[in-house]
Amino acid sequence: MSEQALPGAPARTINGRRQMLAEFWHYFSKNRGAVTGLVVFILLVLIAVFAPLLAPHNPDQQFRDHLLSPPFWQDGGSLTFLLGTDAVGRDILSRLIHGARFSLFIGVVVVTIAMTGGILIGLISGFFRGWLDTLFMRIMDIILAFPSLLLALVLVAVLGPGLINAMIAIAIVYQPHFVRLTRASVLSEREREYVISARVAGAGVLRLMFITILPNCLAPLIVQGTLAFSNAILDAAALGFLGMGAQPPTPEWGTMLAEAREFILRAWWVVTFPGLAILITVLAINLMGDGLRDALDPKLKQS
Amino acid sequence: MKIRKIPTLLAATFLATGLATAASAKTLVYCSEGSPEGFDPAPYTAGTTFDASGRTIYNRLVEFEHGKTSVVPGLAESWDVSDDGLEYTFHLRPGVKFQTTDYFTPTRDFNADDVIFSFERQRDESSPWYQYSPGISWEYFNGMSMPALIKDIVKVDDLTVKFVLNRPEAPMIANLAMDFASIMSKEYADKLQAEGKMEMLNQQPVGTGPYQFVAYQQDAVIRYKANPDYWAGKQKIDDLVFAITTDAAVRRQKLEAGECQIMPYPAPADIEALQSNPNLTVGEQEGLNVGYLAYNTQQAPFDKAEVRKALNMAIDKQAIIDAVFQGAGKIAKNPIPPTMWSYNDAVVDDPYDPEAAKKMLADAGVSDLHMNIWAMPVQRPYNPNARRMAELMQADLAKIGVTADIVSYEWGEYLDRSKAVDHDGAVLLGWTGDNGDPDNFLAVLLGCDAVGGSNRAEWCYQPFEDLIQKAKVTSDIAERTKLYEQAQVVFKEQAPWLTIAHSKVFMPMSSKVKGFVMDPLGYHRFDDVDVAE
Amino acid sequence: MLRFFVNKLLLVLPTLIGITIVAFAFVRVLPGDPILLLAGERGVSPERYHKLLVQFGYDLPIWQQYFNYVIGLLHGDFGISISTKRPVIDEFLARFPATLELSVFAMTFATVIGIPAGIISAVKRSSVFDQLTMGVALTGYSMPIFWWGLLLIILFSGMLHWTPVSGRIDLLYFFPPVTGFMTVDALLSGQKGAFQSAVSHLILPSIVLGTIPLAVIARQTRSAMLEVLGEDYVRTARAKGLTPVRVIGLHAFRNALIPVVTTIGLQVGLLMAGAILTETIFSWPGIGKWMIDSISRRDYPVVQGGLVLIAGIVMLVNLIVDLLYGLINPRISHQ
Repeated sequence: MSEQALPGAPARTINGRRQMLAEFWHYFSKNRGAVTGLVVFILLVLIAVFAPLLAPHNPDQQFRDHLLSPPFWQDGGSLTFLLGTDAVGRDILSRLIHGARFSLFIGVVVVTIAMTGGILIGLISGFFRGWLDTLFMRIMDIILAFPSLLLALVLVAVLGPGLINAMIAIAIVYQPHFVRLTRASVLSEREREYVISARVAGAGVLRLMFITILPNCLAPLIVQGTLAFSNAILDAAALGFLGMGAQPPTPEWGTMLAEAREFILRAWWVVTFPGLAILITVLAINLMGDGLRDALDPKLKQS
Repeated sequence: MKIRKIPTLLAATFLATGLATAASAKTLVYCSEGSPEGFDPAPYTAGTTFDASGRTIYNRLVEFEHGKTSVVPGLAESWDVSDDGLEYTFHLRPGVKFQTTDYFTPTRDFNADDVIFSFERQRDESSPWYQYSPGISWEYFNGMSMPALIKDIVKVDDLTVKFVLNRPEAPMIANLAMDFASIMSKEYADKLQAEGKMEMLNQQPVGTGPYQFVAYQQDAVIRYKANPDYWAGKQKIDDLVFAITTDAAVRRQKLEAGECQIMPYPAPADIEALQSNPNLTVGEQEGLNVGYLAYNTQQAPFDKAEVRKALNMAIDKQAIIDAVFQGAGKIAKNPIPPTMWSYNDAVVDDPYDPEAAKKMLADAGVSDLHMNIWAMPVQRPYNPNARRMAELMQADLAKIGVTADIVSYEWGEYLDRSKAVDHDGAVLLGWTGDNGDPDNFLAVLLGCDAVGGSNRAEWCYQPFEDLIQKAKVTSDIAERTKLYEQAQVVFKEQAPWLTIAHSKVFMPMSSKVKGFVMDPLGYHRFDDVDVAE
Repeated sequence: MLRFFVNKLLLVLPTLIGITIVAFAFVRVLPGDPILLLAGERGVSPERYHKLLVQFGYDLPIWQQYFNYVIGLLHGDFGISISTKRPVIDEFLARFPATLELSVFAMTFATVIGIPAGIISAVKRSSVFDQLTMGVALTGYSMPIFWWGLLLIILFSGMLHWTPVSGRIDLLYFFPPVTGFMTVDALLSGQKGAFQSAVSHLILPSIVLGTIPLAVIARQTRSAMLEVLGEDYVRTARAKGLTPVRVIGLHAFRNALIPVVTTIGLQVGLLMAGAILTETIFSWPGIGKWMIDSISRRDYPVVQGGLVLIAGIVMLVNLIVDLLYGLINPRISHQ
């Protein structure tokens, strides 16, 4: 953190905020990748919201006369099934469109749970210090000692396979990153002048924690949040792929890939498209994340 | 490129295995479906382990006949049963040699001591071999109630062994053909014990079987070579390789690429394509299993045979075969599979007739029936998707005015809860046979002793019980066959189960593989198999 | 310095204890009674059930089971696999070389390509090369590697027949394991073509497992280089008229290396997670696949022992990286 941001409480007036936002957008919009990511992401959100209207077929409907029919541009493909059908005759495009709902939903839920829990623990740890802090940090160390996917796998095995449990497991695994970030920010902020003056002015503990300190720690948390969002989609798909996430016939992309595995050499489209959907989504979010980080991080801004 | 590699291959195997035979060694590669748990078959229960140990490396006193469920002489040339059915005397085959390997050279032929050792280690808790490495326990020996059954095993002379039983039990002979009864070398065991390496019995096996162990690379490859001293003659193939390939799609790919010549368990979706490949043949047979829906016959209204019959007639089994088994199954009408001796083909299955079913239910005074259907949470050979099966049944039953709820529990709990005499409703379950004896199905699953246990129909019906008990103590096969055929008729009349299906097992192999016989017990045996050049 | 080491070690200890508690607790709350599952449809009599309970030690109070478990761990006893009935540590050691070999190849792939790509990107900042490299890196970083693996199989094994589908070496080759590293053993065996075969089996899995580390390393190298290139001493060196190669190679890169090495070290956890997926796709007989299989088989002792061993290794590597970092950069150790 550069020193010139110090005097008084950082800009908290309406005007100041607007100015910050404008500045942020200025930097963000200069980054072509970030804007592309944002556009793709908005498109994905729209697809997810209007999935039933956009999908040409019901994602679970089995067209028994069209098993594994290829995409329309290949021999034997038809315009009825633009991206072909899977082994039981379901339209792949429709399943992909509905799958967008699951992936975005997973991202939102995981980030919400991990972030809320992480911020809370991080604030408490950083603000109160002492044995509570030590305890929390040791627990976070323990969680971080396990490879995330392995820990999530075992957690899902405990909770039982399924989409909800997979999301909970992934959220738990991601929690420590938010805790550590929040705690570190709180530690650096809590001795700042504006905090001390607020404390002297008689602000309560909760007010100090949530209203005085938290807003000034948000930038790194937002960046971490986007990162967690894309990683959550990846990990949920991996769990689905290993049979521990969403269960068939849910059109979740990872689960679709798991079902498609046995056709890998016979019907490339059932394998290719779900993975492509995951890649595009994750890439779009990561592009946005890079843009966010650059726009929020003053150090990189200057160089 | 493949062709150029072959000379190197031969040289390689040559050097490594110390094979001193002709330069044209014949190799058969089997893409097996999983890793063996160990190489001592007795502590384990998985077929994968038996394929890799019991059926390749070892022999038993008696053996299952190739391709049948009947029993023929093995290491015992013959046997007599005393009139009271309590004493089985085995006359052992003379001159049988244990395998000579890098790690063991036998100095004597197989004899009665080996037989006694092979059983005593599982029976005698004070034997150092009872728990020769931590965690070893004798699942099948206990599962088949051998501790209660065997009173004593006596060495009469070097080539005669007598088994004394506590009660007459005709299936005893079939039990002795199972893998837990594989004969180990006592001499080898003594050597290991003296060297303090007892656990090696499970990793470097020595037996009398058609193939001998060469090497195992964890989760990847098991190598065997033909036992040159095999008592029934050396095998036609020189080297047998199990290429462990857990993924069905990859197995198929390897088979088609010629990387292996034979594979088990193809994905159902692949079968058609495999069958149409001119370079392959696909063996096909019913598995030694049955999938059923067991009504709790102690619960009203399932205590009435008419009600059970009516429900049976309401369910469209062909639709289940198509949707759940995707063709890899056959409608079951009897509680035992058609490959088993005494299968009664004259029994007529309940027809699918919802109208008649509705009427029968009304006649029995049952209306607004509300019932539970238990669906297992796991995939089993006799039921690839219990949940989907239950949904189909639910829809069928709705057509005759019966409301069915589907219930499920975690697998261990499911097995446990469905045993209780007062469990609610009808249970989807099944059974895979152990020893090919009808007793192993009929008594285990439908006998009075099994109520509150593996008899999920909680069905104890005296006329049926009398038949199977009589068959159990009769050693004459023809007599037993008759009794079991009758029992199947009684079963069908009383309908404690809806018999659903027997799975169909497929075995794709290269057309070059000769003499491979589909095994009704589900083993994959490579004795007497040949590969054409 | 010594205090720094001791402090680090003291920090590790509670985490290690925590790991054993977590692994132990997980396995206790996993649904499904292993004895009932083992018995299957056949069932098990109450007497036999009790006997097995005692044999597996599941009859003791929980705290005592944990105590026994920890005592066992201290003696190197990680329990006995329920399905194979062999010591977990033996099973682990039998598979670990396969995972280690794959990881070494994957990391080599990632560093050999990632570091030069990152340096060039930084030096030629905002050039087409930079933008392209960073685009590819971000794509790699966003890659669902299980899909990536399947795609590579379709292309290189299915269509082009360049690489084998699965396994560690062609079945044609057979030699006794010496090191457990297939490539090394192949060389030791002296068999013609064995080494090539082992390497050809490693190519696709290494690429798949190395993809994300490659992306991370390239990005990290670039940003570390950018930072160093902006420092005064590099500017001075440039002003003194040193050739760009000397400036970059000698001065800038040496200093940029520290964070990069740390990044590489910290990829171990990520590698283990990646190994689970990679080994599943390529039927690679390593510990990732072993863990997956054991979880689905409910082989409790294996899951428990595997968790402790894997987390222990990850911690150990992180600790070594930490200590090395402290050695290279004395500023850290004095804080």
